[in-house]
Amino acid sequence: MFANILINGAITAGIYALLALGFSLIFGVAKIINLAHTAFYMLAAYFIFTFAYFLGLSAPLSATASIIITTAIGVGTYKLVIERIREHETAVLMITIALALVFQESILLAFGSHFRSAPSFISGHVELLGVTVSIQHILTFGVVLVCLLGIWMLLSKTKLGIAIRAVAQDREIANLVGINVGTMCLITMAIAVALAAVAGAMVAPLWTIQPHMWMRPLVMVLAVVVLGGLGSLKGSFVAAFILGYTVTLVVFLFPTISFIKEAIALTIMVAVLLIRPEGLFGVAFEEERL
Amino acid sequence: MKKGLVALLVVCLVAVALIPGCQPGPEGTIKIGVIGPMTFVQGEQHWMGATMAADEINEAGGIVVGNVTMPIELVQIDSNEMLSVPDAATAMEKAVTVDKVDFLVGGFRTEAVLAMQDTAMDHQKIFLGCGSASKEQCVRVAEDYDKYKYWFRITPINDNLLVMDSFLILDTVISVVKDELGIEEVKIALLMEKAEVGDLIVSACEHLIPAMGEDLELVGTWRPSPTATDVTAELSAIKNSGAHIIMTYFSGPVGIVYAKQWGELEIPAASAGINVEAQKMGFWDATGGKGNYETTLNQYARIEQTDKTIPFFDKFVAETGEFPTYTAGTYDALYILKDAIERAGTLDSDAVVIELENTEYFGSAGRIVFTSTETGNPHDLMWGPEYVTGIGTQWQDGELLCIWPPVDGSWNGLVYEGTVAYKVPPWVIDYWEAK
Repeated sequence: MFANILINGAITAGIYALLALGFSLIFGVAKIINLAHTAFYMLAAYFIFTFAYFLGLSAPLSATASIIITTAIGVGTYKLVIERIREHETAVLMITIALALVFQESILLAFGSHFRSAPSFISGHVELLGVTVSIQHILTFGVVLVCLLGIWMLLSKTKLGIAIRAVAQDREIANLVGINVGTMCLITMAIAVALAAVAGAMVAPLWTIQPHMWMRPLVMVLAVVVLGGLGSLKGSFVAAFILGYTVTLVVFLFPTISFIKEAIALTIMVAVLLIRPEGLFGVAFEEERL
Repeated sequence: MKKGLVALLVVCLVAVALIPGCQPGPEGTIKIGVIGPMTFVQGEQHWMGATMAADEINEAGGIVVGNVTMPIELVQIDSNEMLSVPDAATAMEKAVTVDKVDFLVGGFRTEAVLAMQDTAMDHQKIFLGCGSASKEQCVRVAEDYDKYKYWFRITPINDNLLVMDSFLILDTVISVVKDELGIEEVKIALLMEKAEVGDLIVSACEHLIPAMGEDLELVGTWRPSPTATDVTAELSAIKNSGAHIIMTYFSGPVGIVYAKQWGELEIPAASAGINVEAQKMGFWDATGGKGNYETTLNQYARIEQTDKTIPFFDKFVAETGEFPTYTAGTYDALYILKDAIERAGTLDSDAVVIELENTEYFGSAGRIVFTSTETGNPHDLMWGPEYVTGIGTQWQDGELLCIWPPVDGSWNGLVYEGTVAYKVPPWVIDYWEAK
C-alpha cells in the first residue's frame, strides 16, 4: 500500500501543482487573483477536443494550437478587461469570476453539456514499484517538473525574469529604474494563461471535458496557493504535494468516505492557516519578500 | 412623471399580453408540457422522445376526445433542475399558470421532481414522470391519494427495483467470471458515488452479498464524489484488494472518468452495475474507446423487448444521432396519455386518471401496467418477466449490446431477441491466468 500511496499521491500532487503554478505566478507579479485561471484550462481542453475531433489533428498538434489560442485569448482578456481595473482587487475578483462564467456559458452554448474526451499523447500504462500508472499520468508529472524548471530558469537566469521579479518586489522602484511594469504584467499574464493551457492539454485526456470542469479544480488551486503562501511558487509546489498526498491517503485509509477527500485536504489547509496565516512560504509583510 | 409611469405600465401590460408563451395555444390543441433540464442530455432526451411521439400522433390525425380530434402542441419547459431545485418548482408553476399546459411529462432529479410534483398536484395536473426513480413519489400517492393521484411513473423502474436488477446482472456476471477465470470464490469491490441511490445499493450489497453464498466476499467499499475528476487512487486500491468484480453505481460524470481509467489502467476486475453515462452513444467517444466492456443497467438496446422497441430505437437514432435513454420514455408517456384520453373521452384530469390506472400498454421498453391503489406505491411500474424488466447492457467493441436477461434463458426463461453473452475483458482473464 505504501508504494500505491507514494505514486498516486505524487501524480495527484503533480496535477495540482501544474494548475496552481500559473495562478501563483500572476498573483506574485501583478497581484491579480485570477479566478478565471481554471476557466482558461477549460477553454484549452475544449480547443484540443475541437482540433482533434473536428479537424482530425494529432494530439500534440491539437495541444500546441490550443495553448497558442488560449494564451492569445488570455492576453486579449487582460488588455481589454483586467488591466483597466488591475489596481482594484475586489473588482478583479468579481470580473474574473464573471469572465469564467461567460466562458462556461459560451462553451455550454457551443458544445452543450455532453461530456467529451481528448486524445492521450501516449496511451497505455506501466508498472512502477508494482503500481499500475497510465503513461499520460507520468507524462503529466514530467511536464510539471519541466514547467517548474522552466519558470525557475526564466525568473532567475534571464533579464526578463529579473525584470518580472523586480515588478513583483516593488512596482514603483521597478518603474523608476526603467522597467515597463504594464508590459511585465502582460507577459506574466501570458505565461500564466499558457501554463493553464498546458495544464488543460495534459489533464484533458485524463479527466472528462465539460463546461463546469473549471470549478472543482479552482477550489483546489486556491487551496494550494493559499496554503503555500500567495505568490510563492515554491510554496505552491510544496502545498500541492501536501494536499495531493492528503487526498490519496484518505482514499487508501478511509475508502468509504473517499468522497470527502478534498474536504479533508481543505480542512488541513485551514488548520495550517490558523497557525501560519500567511501560508507556508508566504510573507506577512511585503518588506520580507525577497 | 406620473403620466410617464402610467404609460410605462400600459406598455408593459401590452407587452406581457403579446408574449407568445402567455397566449393560450391554438384553439383545439392539447398542450403537453415537456419539463426537464433542457441544457442537459436528460432534458434533451425528454424533448426528443416527446417530439417523436407528438409528430407521429399528429400525422395520424391527433387525439380523439369524444367527437373531436385534437392535435398535440408540445411546450418545452426548462426546469434547470440540475443546478437549482427552486428553479424547477418555479418552471412547473409557470407551465401550469402561464403556459396553461393540460398535461405534463418529464422530470429527472428526485429532489426537483418532488418539488415539481407538489406544484402539479396543487393544480390537479396529470404529471407523467420520466426520469426520477425514487419510490417516494408513488408512496405519496398511497398516503394522500386525492392530492397525488395525478402522478404516474413511466420510466425508470423504482430505485428498489433498480437494486434488484443490479443484483440480477451481478449474478450473471459472477457466473461468467467464475467460468472464465476458473475460480470458485469471487471477491467483489463496491465503487459507488456518494448519492442517495448509491447509499441504498451499498447498504443492500453489504447485507445481501455475504448472504448470496459463502463463495462471495465483499473486499471493500469506495465512495467517490459524483463529480470526482480522478479515480485512479480508488482503482489502485481496488486492484490491491484482489477484487475480481467491481460493482458500480455512477449517475454523474465520474462514470466516464471511471470507465476511461479502468480501461486505460487495465484494472483486473470485471465491471458491472449502473453507469448512466455508459447508456449514451457518446460514451464510446468520451472514453476514447477505453470504456470497452463497461456494463450497466439500462432501459433500451436494439433488442425485441416488444415489437415496438427496434422501430423506436432505430428511428430515435436516425432522428437524433443518440441512443435513447430512460428519459426518452416521454415517447411512451405520450402514447399512454393519448390512449387514456381517448378512453375517457375528455381532457378532465380526474376522468383521465381513472383511465390511466387501467393502462395496459406495450411500449418501447416493455408492457406497462401501473401498480394498483391497494399497494404501498400506487401508480408505479409493474416489474417482472411479463411487464417491464430493465435490461443489462455491455459495450462490446463500440456497440452497446444487451447481456441481461441472460442469453441462456436462466432468468424465468426470458430472452430478448438480439441478446448476447457477457464478456469478461481479456486483460482480466490474462491477469488472473498469470496469477
